[in-house]
Amino acid sequence: MERKIRIVMAKPGLDGHDRGIKVLASAYRDAGMEVIYLGLRQTPEMIVSAALQEDADVIALSSLNNAHNTIFPRIIEIMKEKEIEDVLLIGGGIIPKKDIESLEASGVGKLYGPGTPVNETIDYITNWVKKNRR
Amino acid sequence: MKKFNYKDIFINKHVAISRAISMVENNDSQVAKFYDKIYKYSNEPVRIGVTGPPGAGKSTLVDKLISCFINDNKSVGVVAIDPSSPFSGGALLGDRVRMSKYSENNNVYIRSMGNRGDLGGLSRKAQEVGDILAASGKDIIIFETVGVGQAEHDIVNAADFTIVVLVPESGDEVQLMKAGIIEIADLFVINKSDRPGSKRIERTLVDILHAVSTEDGFIPDVMSSVATTGVGVKQIFDKIIRNIQLFDESGQLEKRRLRRYKNRIKALVVEKLEGIFWDLNRRRLFKNITSSIDSVANPPNSVVRKLLLNFDKEVK
Ligand code: B12
Ligand SMILES: Nc1nc2c(ncn2[C@@H]2O[C@H](COP(=O)(O)OP(=O)(O)OP(=O)(O)O)[C@@H](O)[C@H]2O)c(=O)[nH]1
Ligand SMILES: [Mg+2]
Repeated sequence: MERKIRIVMAKPGLDGHDRGIKVLASAYRDAGMEVIYLGLRQTPEMIVSAALQEDADVIALSSLNNAHNTIFPRIIEIMKEKEIEDVLLIGGGIIPKKDIESLEASGVGKLYGPGTPVNETIDYITNWVKKNRR
Repeated sequence: MKKFNYKDIFINKHVAISRAISMVENNDSQVAKFYDKIYKYSNEPVRIGVTGPPGAGKSTLVDKLISCFINDNKSVGVVAIDPSSPFSGGALLGDRVRMSKYSENNNVYIRSMGNRGDLGGLSRKAQEVGDILAASGKDIIIFETVGVGQAEHDIVNAADFTIVVLVPESGDEVQLMKAGIIEIADLFVINKSDRPGSKRIERTLVDILHAVSTEDGFIPDVMSSVATTGVGVKQIFDKIIRNIQLFDESGQLEKRRLRRYKNRIKALVVEKLEGIFWDLNRRRLFKNITSSIDSVANPPNSVVRKLLLNFDKEVK
């Protein structure tokens, strides 16, 4: 049987903008993925421990409240602690270009801004999982 | 990918539990190498099923029950099942939204599953996932079924004790309730009892239950809760503990486990046979036959006979 892509999706911190992530969550389901949706107000610890228990291939976060520079590095740190650094961490939202560059350079996967076609993110995830998790 | 050692399951290593569950879920051939070794723990925990219509508050109630068990020094595993899309095979698993405050507690392990087409409210592999959680030392395993209407009977084959969650608006469901659902329930919870109509549905349900006689003369309790605030949850928890103890003493628990065991054998036979049956050749044959069919005039059994030809020899 073919293994399904499992993706944990969450809104970290106090950011209440959940429209985008909800759109993505249903699109990913419709693309055949098993989406574990955690909802709002998630701490980095909650997110990583969910990804661990769910055997997720991908952690996907949405951040529109300017907290990305603390959230993403912290998550990477805990992923290492919990020995799941082989999971892809991606995200999107309102993130300035220069921050995207520095975060991606520090080991975070791709980050997407407003107006991103959903299929582009699906292709990226699918290819990454094929290459790195099988 | 990282190394997997099944022995890490016994020391509650989440990485290993997590991998093992995926292997079971995906029918990985490696499972056969360790399953017999973990199986011997599978009857140690108590398995509790929570079922009921969509949105009744099952996850919220489970969340509150987890807290009760933790306060009682019990470790808890949760298997939360949501529907898979029949079209894409994907799933939106949202039960965890209500159970997010245990991430720091190593003695709580929550796993979401898509039902992957299984119609009985569970996933085909839910029981085996329970076995892995059992081997990791969990005292209690809670199964939350897909929110289905009245067909969630598979929970009986997975749980020692079944809770059916209803809401004040479930009036019609209660009226229509078939004997089946009454027999699966050990405890009814009218959740959202902060809403009007909860007393009325409670009374109706009690009346119906008294009119139905079950084979062992057991009448399930009817209790109420507001899962969001926790009102009534402690009483429900106490009732669960007391009833499970009673079941244990009366031999009822053992009887249920034996029944489950037998049903599981039957289910595994079906699964095995299906696996053998739909090999590449037969899938091709099916495609060939059905692609040339342009009318539904003939009974489907004529095609079934063609597909079944020689199958008996293969099985031997
Ligand atoms: C709608 C909206 C709201 C709604 C939110 C409703 C909801 N439940 O989501 C409401 C009115 C509640 C709201 C409130 C606020 N908002 Co507002 N809001 C917006 C607005 C106009 C649109 C956001 C949106 O829904 N877009 C549509 C979705 C589909 O797009 P998206 O989320 O960006 O997602 C896309 C991509 O970013 C990417 N993506 C996003 N996440 C992810 C994740 C992954 C894994 C991937 C792969 C891709 C990806 O893909 C998606 C599809 O293309 C934006 C402005 C803007 N143009 O973005 C401001 C905006 C985000 N809000 C802003 C602010 C300041 C606020 C408030 C603080 C205002 C206030 N002072 O009260 C509050 C905060 C509320 C809170 N608790 O967080 C600022 C944020 C500034 C910043 N980051 O520095 C913005 C940018 C407006 C602005 N220009 O100032 N807001
Ligand atoms: N008013 C009220 N709302 C409640 C109560 N319990 C749960 N809810 C709300 O009901 C909604 C559904 O709760 P869930 O716990 O997700 O229900 P569920 O039965 O697990 O849902 P599915 O798994 O999707 O079938 C949420 O918005 C809860 O906050 C309650 O006792 N009273
Ligand atoms: Mg639920």
